[in-house]
Amino acid sequence: MEFSITGGLIVALGGIFPAFAIAAIGYKAMESIGRNPESSSRILPAMLLGMAFAEAIAIYSLILAFTK
Amino acid sequence: MVSLESEIIFSVFGAKITNTIIATIFVDAILIFLTFYIKRNISVIPGKIQNMAEALIAYFYDLTKQIAEKYTSVIFPWFASFFIFIFAANIMALLPGFGTLGFFHVIDGHKEFVPVLRGATSDFNTTLALATVSLGATHILAIKYNGIIGYIKKFVSFNPILLFVGILELVSEFTKLISLSFRLFGNIYAGEVVLVTISSLAAFIAPIPFLLLESIVALVQALVFAMLTMVFMSILIKPHHAEGGE
Repeated sequence: MEFSITGGLIVALGGIFPAFAIAAIGYKAMESIGRNPESSSRILPAMLLGMAFAEAIAIYSLILAFTK
Repeated sequence: MVSLESEIIFSVFGAKITNTIIATIFVDAILIFLTFYIKRNISVIPGKIQNMAEALIAYFYDLTKQIAEKYTSVIFPWFASFFIFIFAANIMALLPGFGTLGFFHVIDGHKEFVPVLRGATSDFNTTLALATVSLGATHILAIKYNGIIGYIKKFVSFNPILLFVGILELVSEFTKLISLSFRLFGNIYAGEVVLVTISSLAAFIAPIPFLLLESIVALVQALVFAMLTMVFMSILIKPHHAEGGE
């Protein structure tokens, strides 16, 4: 198994801010579900959509890391 | 390590057939068979498979109705087709035999393993094709429902600020293409690399949580692709002056 330092750095740096973004989305979603439990069926799809957008940025850096 | 590009198995009259093409045909065959099976046994009192299909379709139809009120009957088939195909293609990559059954090929003096079947969406060509079809359908539907003049009015305008916004929206259409294809490809391909790595370290009990994770990722990524397609379609089809009314 060979390791590549460039690839590791790319995905490590590229994953910091998406991780914070996903955490912020989840935090607000959980808080609003806790305040109003019967709206959870409307909040959940929107939360998943937002998380997929935020995670896509981390995926871009992952693909670049795979090519190194 | 799974290679980034899919491996060519054989050629037919010059067209190269890769292992992901074989997997796509396999997924198509199963979906078509399921369609004809449900259609043949359709009845007023539903059996189990028909019940499940009806629940799924009803849930997605309500979801589409909330976002695209008037154009639901146009947008919903695209949403459901993308979701069903991508979910089936994603989850079949987890079946035993995908990525493991194959033969050895000698390239540059060392042996490479070439699997005969590989998950259809773990090839960037497949996801790029899906994203292109989604974007093409969105724009063609927008032209069909707004006319050429109404469609062009969304992007160019005589007001300089709106012209700038129009250019930005044009650029953002291309980023939609890249982001849709890369999101799906990256998730499924990275999941496959993780599964191959874990299975090469400890083949028997350790891959189970990763298989569970990959099943969830398969469902969520299919849902995200289909929902984004639906949202983009409803945004582009809605007539331009309706937003200026508030």
